[in-house]
Amino acid sequence: MSIRALPLYATIAIFLLAYLICYIQFPAMLSTRVIGNLLTDNAYLGIVAVGMTVVIISGGIDLSVGSVIAFSGVFIAVVLRETDMHPMLAFALLLAITTAFGAAMGGMIHLLAMPPFIVTLAGMFLARGAAYMLSIDSVPIVDPFYEMMQRAYYLMPGRGRLTLLGMIMVAAVVIGMIVLHRTRFGTNVYALGGGEATARLMGVAVGRTTVAVYAFSGFMAGLAGIVFSVYTSAGYPLATVGVELSAIAAVVIGGTLLTGGNGYMFGTLIGVLTMGLIQTYIVFDGSLSSWWTKIVIGALLLMFILLQKGLLRLRVSP
Amino acid sequence: MSGVLRRVAPQLLTLAAVIALVSIYFPMFYEVVYVNDRLVGIPIDVVKRGAPVALLAIGMTLVIATRGIDLSVGAVMAICGASAAWAIDQGFGMWAALGIAGASGLICGLWNGLLVAVFGIQPIVATLILMVAGRGVAQLITGGTILTFDHDGFSYLGSGTLLGVPVPAVIWVLTGIGFGLLVRRTALGLLVESIGINLRASTLTGINSRVLLIAVYMGSGFCAALAGIIATADIRGADANNAGLWLELDAILAVVIGGNSLLGGRFSILASLLGAMIIQTINTGILLAGFPSEFNLVIKAVLVIIILVLQSPRLLPQLAVLMPRRQSSPQKTKTEEGT
Repeated sequence: MSIRALPLYATIAIFLLAYLICYIQFPAMLSTRVIGNLLTDNAYLGIVAVGMTVVIISGGIDLSVGSVIAFSGVFIAVVLRETDMHPMLAFALLLAITTAFGAAMGGMIHLLAMPPFIVTLAGMFLARGAAYMLSIDSVPIVDPFYEMMQRAYYLMPGRGRLTLLGMIMVAAVVIGMIVLHRTRFGTNVYALGGGEATARLMGVAVGRTTVAVYAFSGFMAGLAGIVFSVYTSAGYPLATVGVELSAIAAVVIGGTLLTGGNGYMFGTLIGVLTMGLIQTYIVFDGSLSSWWTKIVIGALLLMFILLQKGLLRLRVSP
Repeated sequence: MSGVLRRVAPQLLTLAAVIALVSIYFPMFYEVVYVNDRLVGIPIDVVKRGAPVALLAIGMTLVIATRGIDLSVGAVMAICGASAAWAIDQGFGMWAALGIAGASGLICGLWNGLLVAVFGIQPIVATLILMVAGRGVAQLITGGTILTFDHDGFSYLGSGTLLGVPVPAVIWVLTGIGFGLLVRRTALGLLVESIGINLRASTLTGINSRVLLIAVYMGSGFCAALAGIIATADIRGADANNAGLWLELDAILAVVIGGNSLLGGRFSILASLLGAMIIQTINTGILLAGFPSEFNLVIKAVLVIIILVLQSPRLLPQLAVLMPRRQSSPQKTKTEEGT
């Protein structure tokens, strides 16, 4: 067991412990119904966090994803309202747009040598603005294909529903794991996060990797947008404000270092589920107010960061 | 003095260009009149509405000069606004409310500073914690509602005028001068730049970088408290969800437009304040020019991208080739490669 993976194990242990505490208080927490809902309700967050994990491991950050999700929802809703396009075709068109958008941001970061923070901040304004330009109102989506997707689920034992959205999220995490841990691209991402100059000396095509990293994040944000639009049956330009920060928080809770070069995709899934668990607990409890979610997530963030600090010191000193 | 002018020349030119662009669409831009003991006009509106971003930019400039970043300022604004409103609501009076709000800002800054300087956590992560949790804390104080109050003395800070000038404008100008004098009339500014360039080397030369870093974050927290007080006083209520929302990003943008490198080192508070005014002029200008409000964000994004591209470290050498007579580029500090 490498010390590198310790934050991941800690994340998993804390998640299981938290689930145990929830279970002791509310035994229904362990039912497949709750688990199914946990996956469905956090599907869009999980998908966008997959892209964010790759970006953060590469040493960057992507602040545009929340706006891209909102843009995606509005784009699909407007396209479906104005044209006879099949939803699948609209999805393909949208994913092409968001992937190109991400690639353009990656290109700017590399070519202009500007910090990702500022470039993706401009991207955040741009995508949110584009969503406003398409529509300033919420646009409902009425489509038989959408109804089919909402109703599609696999009935787990215990009458829990593993919905299509939940399955897409799990699939995105699996794809993310393969891309990050089993491809040359993934290795390059880790190298880039370890240090740009070192990566270049190692022969990593820094520019191409940077563009691909943000294109991947843009693709995942587009996919999350599709999932979110199915989840809400509407496109709304003010939706998912602040999701980029939830995604970053999920990645950090999942044991990925924000300095880049370190982390696991599986941890991000656990991070998303941990945040979902807090939300579910507050709903079950009934007397706690929703702002406690923010405070508890902040406390969890602090705990994980201090834990990682301690582990890093362990790694340096022996 | 000429050195200062040369330093802020790009920002002055940008501001002039933005104003010129706005006045094409809205020729009445320059008109300022004096009615009912107050100055009225669009430039006055810009310096008043730009107050929160300008205040945040002052603290943010110092934080960025230390190679840090403070993502929590928006949430700190919400916390301080909420605690001020709470204090007024409890009948503590205005000075107590101001004291409580200021102390809350300093405590938030102390928290950030401790995480960065003592625990050695990356600033972006350390301040992310308070950014996420801060709004929860603010909601805890307001009880999840928009806490409104009625107190003329306190409201004066948000909507009153002093010799015709809006009080928020007076506050940010005085704060800017105060911080400017503090860092430029003493060695503090130099020490801040030194720890931004090389923390370890500065510590080895005997600079108490730990205390200095904490002080810088506390300064940022204090500026955020002032911004929170103004925002709360202006609307006569504390909104934990929306007070200062996204202002941290505008503040960072103001610092970047001010030509300060995100990699730390040399800084200029004046340039950041000009950056804040550029942002506010863009905001106001888009409204005045009569664009449909849906276009605001897109136009702002495009302008920001243009400004950033013009200031890009990789593009500057090429621009210098085009303008061979200009010997020293005012943004010498940005020649390091961004990561």
